[in-house]
Amino acid sequence: MFAYLVRRLFLMLVTLFGISIVIFFLLRIVPGNIVDILFAAAGYVDPADKVNLEKELGIDQPLVVQYLHWIGGFLRGDFGYSYVSEKPALQEILPRIPITARLAGLALLFSASIGIPLGVISAVKQGTKLDYALRVFSLSGLSLPSFWLGLLILTASVAMFGQMPIFNPNPQTWLEAFATYAVPAAAVGFRSAALTMRITRSSMLEVLRQDYIRTARAKGASDAAVNYHHALKNAILPVITVIGIEAAFLIGGLIVTETVFNIPGVARFLVEAIRWRDYPIVQNLVMFIAIVVVFANFTVDMLYAVFDPRIRFTD
Amino acid sequence: MRSVWALAAVAALSVLTTSTTTLAAGPKQGGILRMYHRDSPANASIHEGATYSVNIPFMPVFNNLVIFKQDVAQNSMDSIVPELAESWAWVNDNKTLTFKLRQGVKWHDGKPFTSADVKCTFDMLMGKAQQKFRQNPRKAWYNEVNDITTNGDFEVSFNLKRPQPSLLALLASGYTPVYPCHVSPAEMRTHPIGTGPFKFVEFKANESIKLTRNPDYWREGRPYLDGIEFTIIPNRSTAILAFVAGKFDMTFPTEVTIPLVKDVKSQAPNAICEIAPTNVSTNIIVNSTAAPFDNADIRRAMALALDRKAFISILFEGQGDIGGTMLPPPNGLWGMPKEMLETIPGYGPDVKANRDEARKLMQKAGYGPDKHLAVKVSTRNIPVYRDPAVILIDQLKSIYIDGELDVVETANWFPKIARKDYMIGLNLTGNAVDDPDQSFYENYSCGSERNYTNYCNKEIEKLFDVQSQETNIDKRKKLVWEIDKKLQEDVARPIIFHSRMGTCWQPYVKGVTIMTNSSYNGYRYEDLWLDK
Repeated sequence: MFAYLVRRLFLMLVTLFGISIVIFFLLRIVPGNIVDILFAAAGYVDPADKVNLEKELGIDQPLVVQYLHWIGGFLRGDFGYSYVSEKPALQEILPRIPITARLAGLALLFSASIGIPLGVISAVKQGTKLDYALRVFSLSGLSLPSFWLGLLILTASVAMFGQMPIFNPNPQTWLEAFATYAVPAAAVGFRSAALTMRITRSSMLEVLRQDYIRTARAKGASDAAVNYHHALKNAILPVITVIGIEAAFLIGGLIVTETVFNIPGVARFLVEAIRWRDYPIVQNLVMFIAIVVVFANFTVDMLYAVFDPRIRFTD
Repeated sequence: MRSVWALAAVAALSVLTTSTTTLAAGPKQGGILRMYHRDSPANASIHEGATYSVNIPFMPVFNNLVIFKQDVAQNSMDSIVPELAESWAWVNDNKTLTFKLRQGVKWHDGKPFTSADVKCTFDMLMGKAQQKFRQNPRKAWYNEVNDITTNGDFEVSFNLKRPQPSLLALLASGYTPVYPCHVSPAEMRTHPIGTGPFKFVEFKANESIKLTRNPDYWREGRPYLDGIEFTIIPNRSTAILAFVAGKFDMTFPTEVTIPLVKDVKSQAPNAICEIAPTNVSTNIIVNSTAAPFDNADIRRAMALALDRKAFISILFEGQGDIGGTMLPPPNGLWGMPKEMLETIPGYGPDVKANRDEARKLMQKAGYGPDKHLAVKVSTRNIPVYRDPAVILIDQLKSIYIDGELDVVETANWFPKIARKDYMIGLNLTGNAVDDPDQSFYENYSCGSERNYTNYCNKEIEKLFDVQSQETNIDKRKKLVWEIDKKLQEDVARPIIFHSRMGTCWQPYVKGVTIMTNSSYNGYRYEDLWLDK
C-alpha cells in the first residue's frame, strides 16, 4: 500500500510538471499579449511605449527564461504580480477561492443529495409513473444549459417577486449567506444532479439484478435494507467516480454561473484574466486548479478502497 | 353644483400643496449612489485610459483646470467653467493661455494643490517629464503646446506654438484631470489621489469600485452624496434585471441599447430613461495601399452602396444620426447641415440611384454580375462592431462585392490594422470632445497613430491648421464643413452612422444631465442627489 502511495504521488508530481508546461506554452500560443490588449483598449499603438512596457513586464524575455522564472517563483511561493491590477497575484486570487469553493461545494452537495436518492428511487420504482417523471427531470437537467437556467431564475425572480438573488458581498446573517449561494448553486448543480441521478439509477438497476440481492430478499431483509445497505453500497462506486469528475468539470459551469449571478469568484476572474492575457494570474490559477483536480482524482481512487472492501491497493 | 365646487377646491388645494412641496424640496445631502459598471477597467488612471469605463468611475475623484458645465447637456465653448482655475485669459496674440488658480485646495492626502501640479501633469502628458505614463493616448492633444510655465504657486501658462482656441475645450474634457506631482503614475493606476468631490476608497477588479464623499471639498456644500458604489457586472442582462429590481439607482451611462430601454420602461415604468447621441461613429477603414481598394473607383463605389438609414433602423430602431466625421446637428456643434451632407456621393436619399452609379464604377473597374469581387471585412469580435459589419456585407452584395466576415479578437485588432493586414474593416471612433481639432488631427492627419488608414492629404492638412487657428466660430464652422465634405468625398474613412444610447435612473435620483455631444465629460457627480 505504501509503495503504491509513493508511486501515485510521484506520478502526480510528473503530471503537474507536464501540466505546468502545457499551461505556460498554451497561453503563449494564443495571439496577443497584455501589452497588445492595453494598447488596443487605448485605440493606438506606440512602438516605443510598447517595447518599454513589454520590458517592464518581462514578456520580452525568451520563453524558456519566462517559464523558469514563473515555475521557480511558484515553487518558492512567489506568484508574481497581476499585469492588470499590479497587485500581488496571491492577493488577487486568495479572496476569490473561498467564494468559488463555497459555491462548488454547495453545488456538489445539491448534486449528491438530490441525484443519489432520486436515482435510487427511480431504479427501485423502475417502469412506474414516478420513474418516468424522474427520468424526464434528469433529462431536462442534462439538456438545459446552466446560463439559461440562471437567467430564467433571475428573470422570474424579478418578474414575480420584484427581487433578485444577486450576489451580496456582505451578508448579515448565516441565512442570508446561504441564500446568496443557494440559488446559483442550484442552477449549476442541477445538471450534475441529473447526471448523478442517471448514473445512480443505471448502476442500481445492474446491482438489483445480482444474485446476492435476490438472496438477501429471500432471507427476509426489508426493502430499505436491501436497497440502501446491500444495493446502494455496491452501486455507489461509479457514482463517486462521476462526482469526482464533475467536481473537476464544475469550474466550467461556474464560469457561466458566476457571470450570470455576478459572483466575484475564481472562475469568472479566470476568464477575465485570460481575456487580458494576465499570465501570472492565469498560470497560477490554472496550476492551483490542476493541483485540486489531481488530488481529487487521487482521493477518489483512495475512496474506492473505503467503499469497496474487495479493492486493495498492492504493489 | 356644490360637489363640483368642492372638487375644484380639493384640486386647487392639492396643486398648491404639491407646488409648495416642490418649492421647499431642495437638494438633500446623503445617500450612496449605486450604479453598475459594464466592465472592469484596466486601471484607475484616466490619463492612461482611452475608454469611458475609466472616466465614469474616476472622474468624480478629480478636478480639471476648467470643465464643461455639468448641468448643460451640450458641450461648447460657452459651457466651459473654471474648476481648479478661477479664471483664464488668452494673451500674447492668443498664443498663451494663462490660468489663475484656486487657492486653498487640498489633495485627498492633505497636501496643497499648486501650479507645480498642473505643470507636472501636462509635462507628463507631453512626454517632457522624467516620470512617464505607461500609456499616453492623448499626447497628440498637446502638439501645439510649447511648454508650461508657472508664475508663483497659483498661476500657470500654456505657451503655444500658434493660436489654438480649442485647447480650452480639450482642457475641459473628462479626460484632462490634474494629477498630483507627489504621486507616481504607478500609484495613480491603483490608488488615485485627486482634489475632486469624491475620494477613492477601493477598486476590486471584476467586483466593485467605491468612492466616498470628500469632506474637505473646495466647493461649499458639495457633493450631496455620501459616496458612489459601482458594482462591476459585465453581463448586460443581469445588470439590467438588477436595475429593474431596484438594486441600482442608475444604469451605466449611455450603455443601454434602444431595445433594452423599451424593456426597462415596460418592467420599471417609473424609471427615467434618456436616449442621447454618444459621439461615437461607426465607420469603414479602407486599406488603400493594396489592391483592390487602391482603386479610387472601387472605394467610391463602396461609399455609394451604403444605405445608412437601413443600418440605423436595424440597429437602433431608427434612433441614430447620419453625418460626416463631426457629429451632426442639432446635438453636434460642427456637423454639416443636411443640405450640404446630401450633396456628398452616397448621402443622397435615393439609394437605388446611388447603387446604380456604384455598379457602373464597379463595371469600370472590371467587376460585374458575372465577376464578383471577393473581400474580407475585418472587425473586432464585439457585438457593436460585428453587427454593423454583417449589414455592411449584405449591402456590398448589391454592387458585386462578396464580403466575408473576418472577426478579430481585441488583442489582435490594432496590431492587424497597423500591419495593414486587412482589406476593409468596420471600426468605431469615439470623440471625447466635440471639436474638429480632436477629431481631424487624431484620425486624419498624416502620421497620426490613430490614422489607421494612413490617409494623408497635405492640402487638407493645411486646412486643419487654418480652421484650428480660426477664432471666429462661424468662419471656423464653414471651414470645418468644407474639410469634412472633402474627407467624405475622398472616402478617407466613410462614416456610416453616429449611434445613440440610453441611460436610465430611478425617479429619486436628481440632478442627472446626460451630455448630448460627448460620452466622456459629464461624470463629476457633485450636483447629483437622492430624493429619498
